[in-house]
Amino acid sequence: MLSISNLHVEIDGKPILKGLTLDIPAGEVHAIMGPNGAGKSTLSYVLTGRQGYEVTEGTATLDGEDLLSLEPSERSARGVFLSFQYPLEIPGVPALTFIRTAMNAQRKARGEAEITAPAFLKLAKATAASLKIDFEMLKRALNVGFSGGEKKRMEIFQMAMLSPRFLILDETDSGLDIDALKIVADGVNAMRGPDRAMLVITHYQRLLDYIKPDRVHVLAGGRIADSGGPELAHELEREGYDKYARAA
Amino acid sequence: MSLASALKTSDVTLLPGKRDEDWKWTDLRGLLRVLPPPSQPFMGEAPVGPFAALANLPIHVVNASDPVVVRSASAAPYVVALHFAALGGGSHSATAQIEVAEGANLILLESYEGDDADYVANLDLKITVGANGRLERIVLAADGANGVSVSTADVTLGIGAQLVQTVLTDGARRQRIETRVAHPGAGASVRLDGAYLLAGKRHADLTTVVEHQGLDGTTSQLTKGVVRDQSRGVFQGRILVAKGADRTDARMGHHALILSDKAEIDAKPELLIFADDVQCAHGNTIGAFDEDALFYAQQRGMPEDVARALLTEAFVGEVIDRIEHDGAREVAKTWAAKGLGL
Repeated sequence: MLSISNLHVEIDGKPILKGLTLDIPAGEVHAIMGPNGAGKSTLSYVLTGRQGYEVTEGTATLDGEDLLSLEPSERSARGVFLSFQYPLEIPGVPALTFIRTAMNAQRKARGEAEITAPAFLKLAKATAASLKIDFEMLKRALNVGFSGGEKKRMEIFQMAMLSPRFLILDETDSGLDIDALKIVADGVNAMRGPDRAMLVITHYQRLLDYIKPDRVHVLAGGRIADSGGPELAHELEREGYDKYARAA
Repeated sequence: MSLASALKTSDVTLLPGKRDEDWKWTDLRGLLRVLPPPSQPFMGEAPVGPFAALANLPIHVVNASDPVVVRSASAAPYVVALHFAALGGGSHSATAQIEVAEGANLILLESYEGDDADYVANLDLKITVGANGRLERIVLAADGANGVSVSTADVTLGIGAQLVQTVLTDGARRQRIETRVAHPGAGASVRLDGAYLLAGKRHADLTTVVEHQGLDGTTSQLTKGVVRDQSRGVFQGRILVAKGADRTDARMGHHALILSDKAEIDAKPELLIFADDVQCAHGNTIGAFDEDALFYAQQRGMPEDVARALLTEAFVGEVIDRIEHDGAREVAKTWAAKGLGL
């Protein structure tokens, strides 16, 4: 599925990622943990093609196809989805309009027909119900005036609607109370499957109690400093990131 | 100093220009060294404009001709479409008198059109809305790229009267659409909205002056603009609250997007308050495209051009959604989509 090799990334000439190598096979959920400033969000942005992140060395491929040369929308159409740490407010665009425009753009890029209005509404209603989202909320401008928790839930809603193959969750637990966290985690877990893979970026172990990873990696000093099973997350929770900071 | 007086006397020194504070950004004196000869009478089938099909009474005027007078006493909404076209070049000056009687309800769908010729067009409207009367005025200006046009509306409101107005324009070589409102307070309310979508070398100036003269008046203003290429947008909004016009509630917003390095916006929101107990606020933002929102939309699958169009349309859409008349709102939506190249 996703294969990153020796990835070096700079922002404004400052190296952030310094030789990151990571493989996430289909069907697996990998967590990336690390101290603030380690480059976790940089990794999510460089995989999705945000401007300002310069790849100076290395590769990232999805099922063998080079991701880094594609436009952000092309990566999205191939199934890469990023749940933002800070979802944007989109004034004047109802959530449903935004998602339908995105969905049809993806379909067009893949050479598929547009979804019909009734089919879209049916899908949206069922998906909203499963995530306990009030359907009326989807008629409002996307994320405008939404609480932090509502915005995160809208990210998961969009993810479920767009049905991506490779999911990146960037600090999805921040701003969520425990009830909202469970709903969001249920939504994410419902998407686990043999044809999908996930990269869960988190600072705290808490989220991983609800979205159980197959592998845990520590990102420190711009590269993967350690990897292990789920127990590594508990170890980090107990001992912190100090030893990696020193090593970096 | 006005375009009307300059046209009347063929004296270019009477044109307003940058030495006049209110015209410093829309300099006609510097632009017009000579005034074109009077426009020729138009022979042929006159265009009826975008609103004719929506109206109880469609009126269309080419190159000025006779003064237009509309008097409405109908309590049920009565729709008048008023279309002014400038065709074949030359200069002309038109007048219109709009009277909404006490308790009457008029929907005035006004539109301007110009061809590719060099022309200078002036329009002066005198509008009165009687006590508890209501006027919804939509102005859709579609001037030619070589046209110079000025439209000035003087509005006088009675007690309890309502004026709701939306001006939509894509500019001209030089263009000004000005609305001046004598607001008596006394439960009268005013909504003055506008949108300008400019490209090429076009220029549009939306100027408004509202004078609150008595107690308990409200004014709400929202203007949005998008400028591209080498175009220039001007917004001048003045709200004056006279001494004694207490409990006035006045709010003004002007927000604009600059989509190219060579485009320009000049904005002057002004609140002049001489009363003590008032609520007045203004907001003015001018900026580039929100790149974060753009990336967010792209990440969800929209190619950059689709994402830009969606976000820009939404930006302008806030003004268009406030248009109450259903048919006019649809015309405005189509206008915006075309203006944004959707």
